[in-house]
Amino acid sequence: MSGAASSGIPREYILNRLITFVITVWLAATLIWIIPRLSPVDPAEVMLGRMAAGGAFVEGADQILEQLRERFGLNEPLWMQYLLYLRSIITFDFGLSAASFPTPVAALIWQALPWTLGLMLLSVIITFIIGNALGAFMVWERTPRVWKVVIPSLMIFTAIPPILSGLLLLYLLSIKMRQWTGGDFFFPLTGSYGLNVEPGFTLEFVNSVIYHGTLPALSIILVTFGFWTLGMRGLMITVQGEDYVNLAKAKGLRPRYVLYKYMVRNAILPQVTAFALKIGLLVSGQILVERIFSYNGMGKLLYDAILDQDFAVIQGVSFIIILMTAASVFIVDLIYPLIDPRIRQSTQGAA
Amino acid sequence: MADTTQQGSNLGPTTDSEAAGVVDTSTASGKFNRFDNPWLNPKLLWGVGILLFIILMGMIGQFLWNTELVFTGSTPLRLPPVGFENLRGTPGVADYPLGTDGAGRDLLALLIVGTPNTLMIGAVASLIGMSTGIFLGFSAGFIGGRVDDVIRILSDVMITMPPLLILVVFQAAFGDVSLIMMAVLIAGFMWQSPTRLIRAQVLSMRESGYVKMAQLSGASTMHIMFREMMPNLVPYLFGSFIANVTTAIVTAVGLEVLGLGPQRIPTLGRVIYDAINSGALIQNLWWWWGLPTALLAIMFIALLLVNLGLDEVSNPRLRKL
Repeated sequence: MSGAASSGIPREYILNRLITFVITVWLAATLIWIIPRLSPVDPAEVMLGRMAAGGAFVEGADQILEQLRERFGLNEPLWMQYLLYLRSIITFDFGLSAASFPTPVAALIWQALPWTLGLMLLSVIITFIIGNALGAFMVWERTPRVWKVVIPSLMIFTAIPPILSGLLLLYLLSIKMRQWTGGDFFFPLTGSYGLNVEPGFTLEFVNSVIYHGTLPALSIILVTFGFWTLGMRGLMITVQGEDYVNLAKAKGLRPRYVLYKYMVRNAILPQVTAFALKIGLLVSGQILVERIFSYNGMGKLLYDAILDQDFAVIQGVSFIIILMTAASVFIVDLIYPLIDPRIRQSTQGAA
Repeated sequence: MADTTQQGSNLGPTTDSEAAGVVDTSTASGKFNRFDNPWLNPKLLWGVGILLFIILMGMIGQFLWNTELVFTGSTPLRLPPVGFENLRGTPGVADYPLGTDGAGRDLLALLIVGTPNTLMIGAVASLIGMSTGIFLGFSAGFIGGRVDDVIRILSDVMITMPPLLILVVFQAAFGDVSLIMMAVLIAGFMWQSPTRLIRAQVLSMRESGYVKMAQLSGASTMHIMFREMMPNLVPYLFGSFIANVTTAIVTAVGLEVLGLGPQRIPTLGRVIYDAINSGALIQNLWWWWGLPTALLAIMFIALLLVNLGLDEVSNPRLRKL
């Protein structure tokens, strides 16, 4: 493997993927910019309305309105506004939050981002491993019969979006569990770490993070592993009939060796690309789970911003999440040729 | 729960059906078994059955039950379903069999009115996305060249974009939207996968013998597209349609749970949003959030069963299990 890798990934393939990535980010940025301008609502007025609602009477409202318009650059010609916006968004300058004025939106996002990334990375890795393993065992002829009944019944969960499983788990493992165990053991209702724990690299803090993260992660894992299982099952069935698998068996190789080195090794490749198709939904699902659990990530930030009509934050969060999604698809696309030598050989990256 | 046993029993006769398969080939012209028709596989039947039941519930329910009860303050507050007691010890009454929410609305009426709305958003969004996908997929596969490049790149780009976030920006900017508007907005993210699927199929079919044959015999492009290729795509199209209905509903419910989407029309997601916001979880008002959640879950399970059933129709190898 390592010897072949030195020949490198075809340049055309990388270029292709890079263009897709750049267009995605540009399109997202442009949509986020155009949409509010199609709306009949003036963002400066909405913001002022909020301030007025908070403090009853706003002195010199016209002046403030003018100032806000200036700040948003609404007095410039449209194309200038667009270019200024593109420049600021590339430097992650999303302006100031209206709800917690004058905190920059970027600062709020950098606070929330690690939580979202951590939760996502953890749940995606666990789901990928569990899902594919179950899918492979569903097809393997040596799997105990019990498992062949149990695994398909687990598939029922796949249908449910994480927001619903989150609600159910929250009710059962937090509220009901508290009643059943008399308050001895239950999972927390909200937050991403205990209120009386000082953030830092202490054992106490890490424990608290794990304790608070279990339910959100569980509610995502429970309902997403089935996607991989079903995909893997289909691929394994296809691989199962291949000549090289029959040859391997005929050679008398150990069944487990055939499973891992011949069947799974080949079936897993399209699963990696399936990731690119799924990630948009995964991200959306997690945003909603964070909202349900009031987890301190981007989901909660977004939800609070919607409640406060804090438009700058909504824009910033949406852009960053789309950027994250596009970047992870790009990374997967770059990793793919490393695990699938066929792409390295052919110059056409049609996969 | 019936579904679990359904799936379980599906596996039981695996070896029997393999044995039967051997018998079948030996009596090649033998009599027809009901299960020989791939469209009648149990998963598909169960899924369609549950979906029809939910749709009927919404359609007939509107005549059997007083839907005026979806308005705020039309019922007593926080009554539990019949046979249960709430925390204050008030038992449920038969007038409001599924209980009432914290703003004085009858849950049965909310479910009857909200379910068809939720399903409709899914169906309309998926239908629009599907038609766009068929058009773009055929165009890309047939015309090729620049058109193909543009459509391919655009669908590659759009498939990585999380629909929820663009829609959040849209609805936050526009405020209230109608049901149809919401469906159209979601449809803007539902065309990519049918486009890719059809494009890939058209590209591979274009090289196949019967299409070449039709071309040589002077058939028009329209004829080749709709009479020669389309019938082969039907199971894929159905599968893709159902998958999109699911995605569209998940997206719609997501928006509603964030407090966006139609503000004055009852939808299942809206009920859940109200419940979470009023602290129904902590106050143990389980029916308020639990019933719409359960109904949505059943709906999604039915859609999954339909999708699995359709997979078996389009990919005979999967029938083995």
